[in-house]
Amino acid sequence: MNDQTLTAEERAANLKGMGCARKRVEDVRFTQGKGNYVDDIKMDGMLFGDFVRSPYAHARVKSVNKEAALALPGVIAVLTAEDLAPLGLHWMPTLAGDKQMVLADGKVLFQGQEVAFVVAEDRYIAADAAELVDVDYEELPVITDPFESLKSDVVLREDLEGQTEGAHGPRKHHNHIFTWEQGDKDATEAVLAEADVVAEEMVYYHRTHPCPLETCGSVASMDKVTGKLTLYGTFQAPHAIRTVVSLISGIAEHNIRVISPDIGGGFGNKVGAYAGYVCSVVASIVTGKPVKWVEDRMENLMSTAFARDYWMQGKIAATKEGKITGLWCHTTADHGGFDACADPTKFPAGFMNICTGSYDIPMAYLAVDGVYTNKAPGGVAYRCSFRVTEAAYFIERMIEVLAIKLNMDAAELRRINFIKADQFPYQSALGWEYDSGDYHTAWEKALKAVDYDSLRAEQAQRVEDFKAGKTRKVLGIGLTHFTEIVGAGPVKNCDILGLGMFDSCEIRIHPTGSAIARLGTISQGQGHATTFAQIIASEIGLPADDITLEEGDTDTAPYGLGTYGSRSTPVAGAATAMAARKIRAKAQMIAAYLLEVHDNDVEWDVDRFAVKGAPERFKTMKEIAFAAYNQAIPGLEPGLEAVSYYDPPNMTYPFGAYICVMEIDVDTGEWEVRQFYALDDCGTRINPMIIEGQVHGGVTEALAIAMGQEIAYDEMGNIKTGTLMDFFIPTAWETPNYTTDHTVTPSPHHPIGAKGVGESPNVGGVPAFSNAVHDAFRPFGLVQSHMPHDHWRIWKIANNLGMHG
Amino acid sequence: MSKMHVKLTVNGREVEGLAEPRTLLIHFLREDLKITGPHIGCETSHCGACTVDIDGKSVKSCTAFVAQVNGADITTVEGLTNDDGSLGVLQEMFREHHGLQCGFCTPGMITRAHRLLQENPNPTEEDIRFGMAGNLCRCTGYQNIVKAIAASADMLNAQKEAAE
Repeated sequence: MNDQTLTAEERAANLKGMGCARKRVEDVRFTQGKGNYVDDIKMDGMLFGDFVRSPYAHARVKSVNKEAALALPGVIAVLTAEDLAPLGLHWMPTLAGDKQMVLADGKVLFQGQEVAFVVAEDRYIAADAAELVDVDYEELPVITDPFESLKSDVVLREDLEGQTEGAHGPRKHHNHIFTWEQGDKDATEAVLAEADVVAEEMVYYHRTHPCPLETCGSVASMDKVTGKLTLYGTFQAPHAIRTVVSLISGIAEHNIRVISPDIGGGFGNKVGAYAGYVCSVVASIVTGKPVKWVEDRMENLMSTAFARDYWMQGKIAATKEGKITGLWCHTTADHGGFDACADPTKFPAGFMNICTGSYDIPMAYLAVDGVYTNKAPGGVAYRCSFRVTEAAYFIERMIEVLAIKLNMDAAELRRINFIKADQFPYQSALGWEYDSGDYHTAWEKALKAVDYDSLRAEQAQRVEDFKAGKTRKVLGIGLTHFTEIVGAGPVKNCDILGLGMFDSCEIRIHPTGSAIARLGTISQGQGHATTFAQIIASEIGLPADDITLEEGDTDTAPYGLGTYGSRSTPVAGAATAMAARKIRAKAQMIAAYLLEVHDNDVEWDVDRFAVKGAPERFKTMKEIAFAAYNQAIPGLEPGLEAVSYYDPPNMTYPFGAYICVMEIDVDTGEWEVRQFYALDDCGTRINPMIIEGQVHGGVTEALAIAMGQEIAYDEMGNIKTGTLMDFFIPTAWETPNYTTDHTVTPSPHHPIGAKGVGESPNVGGVPAFSNAVHDAFRPFGLVQSHMPHDHWRIWKIANNLGMHG
Repeated sequence: MSKMHVKLTVNGREVEGLAEPRTLLIHFLREDLKITGPHIGCETSHCGACTVDIDGKSVKSCTAFVAQVNGADITTVEGLTNDDGSLGVLQEMFREHHGLQCGFCTPGMITRAHRLLQENPNPTEEDIRFGMAGNLCRCTGYQNIVKAIAASADMLNAQKEAAE
């Protein structure tokens, strides 16, 4: 056992710890079709639930006739708001301090809203019965435009009538939700008034949807004998769901077991609480049988958790040399029929106040007005940390617009304004403390990698060729330097429904030197079982292959706030390292006892404690683990385990430089991504293979959003993009290859220096693609146009610029 | 609703059961046969998570009735594992090249890739991207899926050569 033949490097390599491109342990199951997703769960006597949904975007529900549905053989129950009201479950609280109807209580506010819940013996009968429920509607005027909504006499939320105070302060109008202000308004306006140059634009980030490949669903099973409720579901935050279910149902929290099994992608879609979850629970209580609810794709796109829909009016002030002096932003946020945003309580517009981006902007002001409309509720962080992607898109467009105004190269304008490496920790004008960064180094590396000067020369030549009639294709160079704010967050200012946003890890070392770790997070494809074991391996010197990782079962995992907002590595990853360090501290005492020296006379060496100055005298972690269970060590409890609840002192601020080179056919509007370079700095890198995979996936989601994906409504509030025929998801055919790169600027406050990466590529990718489209047309006079840049909209840009002759 | 008798060969095993004429193949596989590898992502044949192999063709099982394929020979991702329980070539290469993340599209992806490599044992990157365009993935951006399939083609061809 006292193996001295291996070098420290070899021993470290055997651990497959941090920095190793370790193959994923999850994949052995997934590649064989042995995943266990919600719809794979089957229980004896299980019933199926299906919704009756409103065809109207705004209507009064005059009556619901269940008779024909109940008469269908195999139908067990049909639930309406009337049935839920005695339990107080016809409405539920949202994560944003608002409330939302579980089933239509007198009226509906968006197309697809849940009106009745049919429970039947199988999913076919449930679907048949849903058709037989006869609902009498009286149509009401529909408002789909947030600006119109604030002027309209039509009251959308009659339940709030007369309430001038909302969860986030005063309401200015009956369709107004909140105003959120950050920064110094007067001082910013003074800067704008005195500036050499002010560029002003409306930047619209359209409504879209996370659309994970697996839709949302749940299986509720109320055991009437034990009084225990087991709830399986597509939950990105299983513990928070347990607490919410307990609070709204009155079932004691210890009698509720929430399990997130394998989750087929989340991207923010699975953070919120949905009517289907509540109805499956109620139906199980009512029927005494397990009840499954799984939405179909159309239901997913029309009713659960849209993202974005921010109208961002911006003003950016600068000197004539291009030094930015101030930033002003007013955002009109379309929240749909209910405010169901998934944001920390004190941040009704999420972290939109990171909108000063990567730049040293001395003065800034942000105001956000939340507005009700007849659209689906949501406003989730689709692969981003609470509105960071809106903020990044806003500032990266404003920089481009300012560059046009100044007639300056946009790369140079960024260079002039970046926060400098020696300014960190950096206090932003809108209240954040950026932990670390080296933007100039990343930027120069990126520009060099794509040979930026040559690209600009090629573009200039292309413009001449186009004007000379030699080509019908234009060339765009899309630049982005983004700064994220992730890892929510410090309990002092971050909570959801009053639950502090710490996270947790518990590690138990077994006598034979293997281990199990449990976390408060839940993987949805990020590979936690692989990477968190790597953190533990490096920290305590046991091979990652000998460490099992479990998440998602609230009966066994320590309490945590879940996985979204790129918070798993910054928060739960930190908890993992801290729990491991507690174990190592105890292991040191055990080793010292075994080696018969003082605790301070041993030192850590990869996978063992060795006597200082006598490295041949050591105890491996495996030996120490056995001793913890087999020796009576004076002053120490037996066993070797630890738990850590980690409250991060600050957010982490990953950043990156993305460059997209795009060819655009002005006659068809078709685009082709010729090159995409993505440099990410996520601090310490745990598994480079997984980081690269996250970047590929996130940039592809960004490609979708920027180039075609949207949730669109007509003026009647009918959703126009409710299937995958209309809702753009890129296939392998239109998705380009990406070049990934990195710099490493560790977070100074994170135990292992890691910052998180899952969402960076979406945050940085969207402006990179959009800026490429804009840049292609900049030489022909384009300043600003709205996403998504589908072929039709690109064709219109060219047409409006007179490029079709 | 009256049920009809259906008989299939699934992953080399003969199975039979009763199904309504309207029962979709994906539901028969998942609910009756408990073969839950193929997934349901859209029910409109866009996403390909339900892809299975039927008599030598890739089929999206969410838009086929089980009655339509009575008597057919069907392979799902479960049938692509080696007889000794180890991962098949495509499964291993998807793991090796990080061609999956959440795993939800993976059974359909691998089953489609299996057929693609039968149709074209030496595909170019373009062939792979075109041939896989009926299967959506929200996690990977496809780059590593393409790599995994190209690597599988190489490995399968090398195996074939060695056997000859």
